[in-house]
Amino acid sequence: MAVVSIKNKLRRGNLLVGNEAYDPGGFVPISTVTVSSGGSSSIDFTSIPSTYKHLQIRVISRDSRAVSANSLSIRVGNGSIDTGNNYNTHMFRGDGSSATTGNAGTNYNNMDFALEPGSSISSSIFGASIFEILDYANTNKYKTMRSLNGYDANGSGYIVFHSGLWMNTAAIDTIRFTCSGSATFSQYSHFALYGIKGA
Amino acid sequence: MPTTYEPIATTTLGSDTASITFTSITSTYTDLVLVLVGNAASDVSTTVQFNSDTGSNYSQTLVYGDGSVAGSGRGSNRTSIDLGTFYNATSTTPQIHIININNYSNSTTYKTTLSRGTAVSIATQARVGLWRSTAAITSIKLAPDGVNFKSGTIATLYGIKAA
Repeated sequence: MAVVSIKNKLRRGNLLVGNEAYDPGGFVPISTVTVSSGGSSSIDFTSIPSTYKHLQIRVISRDSRAVSANSLSIRVGNGSIDTGNNYNTHMFRGDGSSATTGNAGTNYNNMDFALEPGSSISSSIFGASIFEILDYANTNKYKTMRSLNGYDANGSGYIVFHSGLWMNTAAIDTIRFTCSGSATFSQYSHFALYGIKGA
Repeated sequence: MPTTYEPIATTTLGSDTASITFTSITSTYTDLVLVLVGNAASDVSTTVQFNSDTGSNYSQTLVYGDGSVAGSGRGSNRTSIDLGTFYNATSTTPQIHIININNYSNSTTYKTTLSRGTAVSIATQARVGLWRSTAAITSIKLAPDGVNFKSGTIATLYGIKAA
């Protein structure tokens, strides 16, 4: 629902993925990480200010694990990363032949929240992901997040939705991305964090 | 911090037209988001091509739900990325495609797209597309396969710049 401000006539709305895009003034770049040669075992965003309503992280990525598709995982926290069994996720995906859904983790110690190409896939192919953490600074409720993600490798690949829950009421000021199987993010993987303002 | 998510260009069709093309896209931004709202002259797929490449360098994987079943499909070695059917509905029932192109201007990786499409009253879907080229994307062509976009169809291209 778009709202026109009586005060300044600006059209305000919701910039979450899948919605119509408008209100350029409400989307603010916070921080960006690009993986250099040698790779990176994790990507951290720390000291995230609580001045926004939602967070969005826009990503291209692949990793070093010798598989076709590997999981990209997320943990969050306040001051430090929460490694406890405080995460739940659900997913819905298509693999080119069938659609499947599952509970990817209940009371799990992280959220497997995307699929990215491993080293078995051509090195030029990167997955794309858009992660959103809603009302991330609210201290009265658990935190809900969602993602749209996928990669296509001209004959293989996945398109995936995830929803996730961090069972903690603390404001999120730290986010960590890792790859399953102790893999490392490959060079040129790119993570860009944005804040979405409220009205 | 400066804000970002800027409209780059908008095309609103005043008559039935075979395609919409955005050209001279600069590398100013990190990601692109393209929003297409409208109708086609018949029930055909909307296609996307980059940089006037008409070769068999595109592919996609999709998932959809139509209210009774969920399914998935794939297209390989295609001459465009298919976004899904753009139905010949009335102008008061527009169809929607939103296409995200992350890191569109790097010259190292192939380009991956993420799109959501809604064929109102028929199905909803998401697709991941691949253009097997490391070239920076400087133009985008949208076309309903073999027919015209209807008058009133609107396409808007946005740029998002990372920190």
